Amino acid sequence: MRIVAAGNWSIVHLDPIDRQLRKLLAAPPEARRAEIDFTEISRFDTAGACVLARTATLLRERGLAVDLKNISEAQRILIDKIGRGGGPEPVIHLSQPLYIEFTGKVGEAARAIAGEALGMLGFVGAVVVTAGRTIAHPSRFRIVPFMHHMEKAGFDALPLVCLLTFLIGAVVAQQGAVQLKQFGAEVFTVNLIAIIFLREVGLLLTAIIVAGRSGSAFTAEIGSMKMREEIDAMRTLGLDPMEMLVLPRVLALIVALPLLTFVANIMGLIGGGVVVQLMLNMSPGVYIQRVQEAIGFWTFGVGIVKAPFMAATIALVGCRAGMAVSGSAESVGAQTTRSVVYSIFLVIVLDALFAMFFTAVDI
Amino acid sequence: MQKGEPIIEVEGLVTRFGDNVVHDGLDLTVKRGEVIGIVGGSGTGKSVLLRTILGLKKPDAGRIRVFGIDLAELPEEERRLHERRWGVLFQDGALFSALTVAENIQVPYREHLHLSPELMNELAAVKIAMVGLKPVAATLYPSELSGGMRKRAGLARALALDPEILFLDEPTAGLDPIGAAAFDELINDLTETLGLTVFLVTHDLDTLYATCDRIAVIAEKHVILIGTIDDMLLSRHSWVHEYFHGPRARAAFAGK
Repeated sequence: MRIVAAGNWSIVHLDPIDRQLRKLLAAPPEARRAEIDFTEISRFDTAGACVLARTATLLRERGLAVDLKNISEAQRILIDKIGRGGGPEPVIHLSQPLYIEFTGKVGEAARAIAGEALGMLGFVGAVVVTAGRTIAHPSRFRIVPFMHHMEKAGFDALPLVCLLTFLIGAVVAQQGAVQLKQFGAEVFTVNLIAIIFLREVGLLLTAIIVAGRSGSAFTAEIGSMKMREEIDAMRTLGLDPMEMLVLPRVLALIVALPLLTFVANIMGLIGGGVVVQLMLNMSPGVYIQRVQEAIGFWTFGVGIVKAPFMAATIALVGCRAGMAVSGSAESVGAQTTRSVVYSIFLVIVLDALFAMFFTAVDI
Repeated sequence: MQKGEPIIEVEGLVTRFGDNVVHDGLDLTVKRGEVIGIVGGSGTGKSVLLRTILGLKKPDAGRIRVFGIDLAELPEEERRLHERRWGVLFQDGALFSALTVAENIQVPYREHLHLSPELMNELAAVKIAMVGLKPVAATLYPSELSGGMRKRAGLARALALDPEILFLDEPTAGLDPIGAAAFDELINDLTETLGLTVFLVTHDLDTLYATCDRIAVIAEKHVILIGTIDDMLLSRHSWVHEYFHGPRARAAFAGK
């Protein structure tokens, strides 16, 4: 048989040629010799060479003597080069039946959660040990980074926290007033705002804002240091990244979050007060007095006591996610997302646990 | 087009970053079929020149013609047609991280051509073998590859459409000597068989010696010298002299 290759054998025009050749080889004519004539080829590139080399190989496998006729030196080198690659192996995409893939995914997720929990436990342990060492040697505490993170995670968050809690306070008051008016109990709007803000909403809002603002920042900062091998460099220089990076952040947030929560509570009450004055014509003096009557110390205490625990959770999750970054830049992004999702999740779970606890002890 | 006629022409190129002038009236002509090496100290704008020719950075003044056409003046559609005629290997491969090596190589096929899946797989496998990667690399993701393997995979993608010009940005940096030598040989093979023009930014004296037909030296915001290795060795310019007569250069040329 004789194959005359002619014209443009570059990749752009190759698809129809390839189809023709495949068809030809699927039902090969009876022959003992095959001849591929290169004379008429005007353009020839690696793709053309690949198709011709494959055709020649397949013909040889069928026991035909293949003769490449009028092949130029450059074309021969190209065909040899491709032949030398050991022949193209098919690119296989592994895929499993759906039920196996599904079971596999569930199993992987379960193992990941268990691994995550175990890792977190280990990390908390390491931080506690570092904290213990720092208490034994207070001079090793890094005061400058501590202050820096206090400013960044605490002070710089003030405008956002103030604005959001003010607005939520106003919204809660407005909705409460509308509903309670139906019973003629609109004066209790004050109780609603004061209790809901001091016990729950002030802290939760602040914690969620801080998790989104600072937890993610902790992950990104530590993560990019990990990526650039700065953490490894610290270790080789005899510095403890736990002591240098993690502890100051955790402690800074533990101090900053209760302070922020306090401000958030005040702003929520002010927001509610403004609405109450506009809707119910209650003067600020009366409002403050009614707030005082509505709450006891523990209304405020319940909220503020939870704050350090939530701060520790956010900071620990953020720092650990940063430490878990591996090599690539996309890993920083993935860990930052995880850090925010986990810390908000844990903050809300923690809040629910506290609610159960405080109900049990009757506060 | 004939071998030896200009394929890239840069005239009076000025590039600036703020007050920092990188190129001030730079001229350079690359001929079809040659391997041209661009050398220069750090921060002299070798990579910037490459990016400007590729249209990734707008020149502040001057003209750039590739394939005899000023691409900046073409409408989007037509420019894309011409952009397929070159392949680029970025410093770290610049592979798409969400795709496997084989899929990375097939991106230009999928976007620009209509090929059967079998042919695409076959071509990807050929390119993978051509750049010296093992067939198993096809199904790996870029994050699973070493730096050297990423470079090879990047080259395989750059070669996917059998381009007329190949732009290489520090192709041998970070490769072991055996890998780097294989890379040099690969470049020579490709230029011989495909009539490829190679625009090579490098610091690697071995690569310069092994592959380049001509070398252009960028310093003082211009191409101060362009010519063969022998021209470089004869130059009296202090930086060029130091570069090509330093201890590393002597070591590189001693074995040749």
